[in-house]
Amino acid sequence: MPECPNPKDTQWPIWEVFVQEKSGEPHQHAGSIHAPDSEMALQNARDIFARRGEAVSMWVVQSKHITATIPEDNPSFFEPAADKIYRHPQFYSVPRAKRTDEERRNKE
Amino acid sequence: MEDANKLKEFEARIERGEKIEPKDWMPERYRTQLIRMISQHAHSEIVGMLPEGNWITRAPSLRRKMSLLAKVQDEAGHGLYLYCAAETLGVDRSELVGEFLSGKAKYSNIFNYPTLTWADIGAIGWLVDGAAIVNQTMLAKCSYGPYSRANLRICKEETFHKVQGYEIVCTMAQGRPAQRKMIQDAVNRWWWPSLMMFGPHDKNSPNSAELMKWKVKLFSNDDLRQRFVNLTVRQARAAGVTLPDPDLKYNPETDNWEFGEINWDEFWSVVRGNGPCNRDRMRARRRAHVEGAWVREAADAYAAKQRAKAAKSA
Repeated sequence: MPECPNPKDTQWPIWEVFVQEKSGEPHQHAGSIHAPDSEMALQNARDIFARRGEAVSMWVVQSKHITATIPEDNPSFFEPAADKIYRHPQFYSVPRAKRTDEERRNKE
Repeated sequence: MEDANKLKEFEARIERGEKIEPKDWMPERYRTQLIRMISQHAHSEIVGMLPEGNWITRAPSLRRKMSLLAKVQDEAGHGLYLYCAAETLGVDRSELVGEFLSGKAKYSNIFNYPTLTWADIGAIGWLVDGAAIVNQTMLAKCSYGPYSRANLRICKEETFHKVQGYEIVCTMAQGRPAQRKMIQDAVNRWWWPSLMMFGPHDKNSPNSAELMKWKVKLFSNDDLRQRFVNLTVRQARAAGVTLPDPDLKYNPETDNWEFGEINWDEFWSVVRGNGPCNRDRMRARRRAHVEGAWVREAADAYAAKQRAKAAKSA
């Protein structure tokens, strides 16, 4: 049996892949891949995440460039939004604007 | 003390059906169990290319060859999804690949059986991928976000694997006597190893209880195996092949197809490295790694050249 090779050569930077599946939809995180540069990252991402035509656009970004929230900070970080119910339309009381009988008849 | 509270909160989140994400607090045991499971799953996808790759050049038609090529390529992709899911838990892919190449890490026993005839490609797609789908459908709902999402993608693609295999089985089962004999022989050889894919009985599966408590697994080995048998008995009937178990019988009270005892001595013997192909598979993996080195080196060299060009023109 051949000797056990050194696996260190499989390690390239990790890239996060974002895929837009249909025109007009948002780009969504699909997963990650390894690649030595951005051009090959896109090619690898296509081979891994779009073998069945499920993409019209793709972004890749090296994982180390992403800044993310820290779960432990969530309460203080997101809390300020929780008590601002006046940012939702349900907060307001207004009368319902109905059609007149004539308008309704006209539509029928 | 702090850890006890965190553990309580962690378990409450799982109880509520929330997913655990990479940066969330998790017990060390959850992390290590997941790394073990996900990396074994990844290794299995990679080794899984070998038995089928054996038949790509000898597929009986261009249609069958295209399907098999696409299937084997999917398996490579599944391995890569899974290695990346494992990496979110703080290990490097190179570590996992190293454990795989050194023989320290396990992969699914099923890939240590040989593919003797073309009919085996049908039997593998139908039975082996069929069993894998039952397992992965459950894992797509597991509590760890990245693993759940990887399995969801895998399941979407794996359905084609099963159907292309089942079509081979059905076609051969309608064929000439020699073809019918060949497919029945393949089904006979792959049936029991497929049942073993679900792992030991619950009572002999030391990790199961903990994995189920944390919803890494949602059903026990025996429950999943039963689900697979029930599905497959009907498909065997529709295809016109038989399953090699004289004890197989329907129990109207439980609505289950009861089956005979699995040969666990064989199972453990293959786990310990004595299956028909264990050494072949390892040899092939090591050779592929060494022979593929130039591709990785070329990619590195190309990236370095592009960087140098960009620096010069800047």
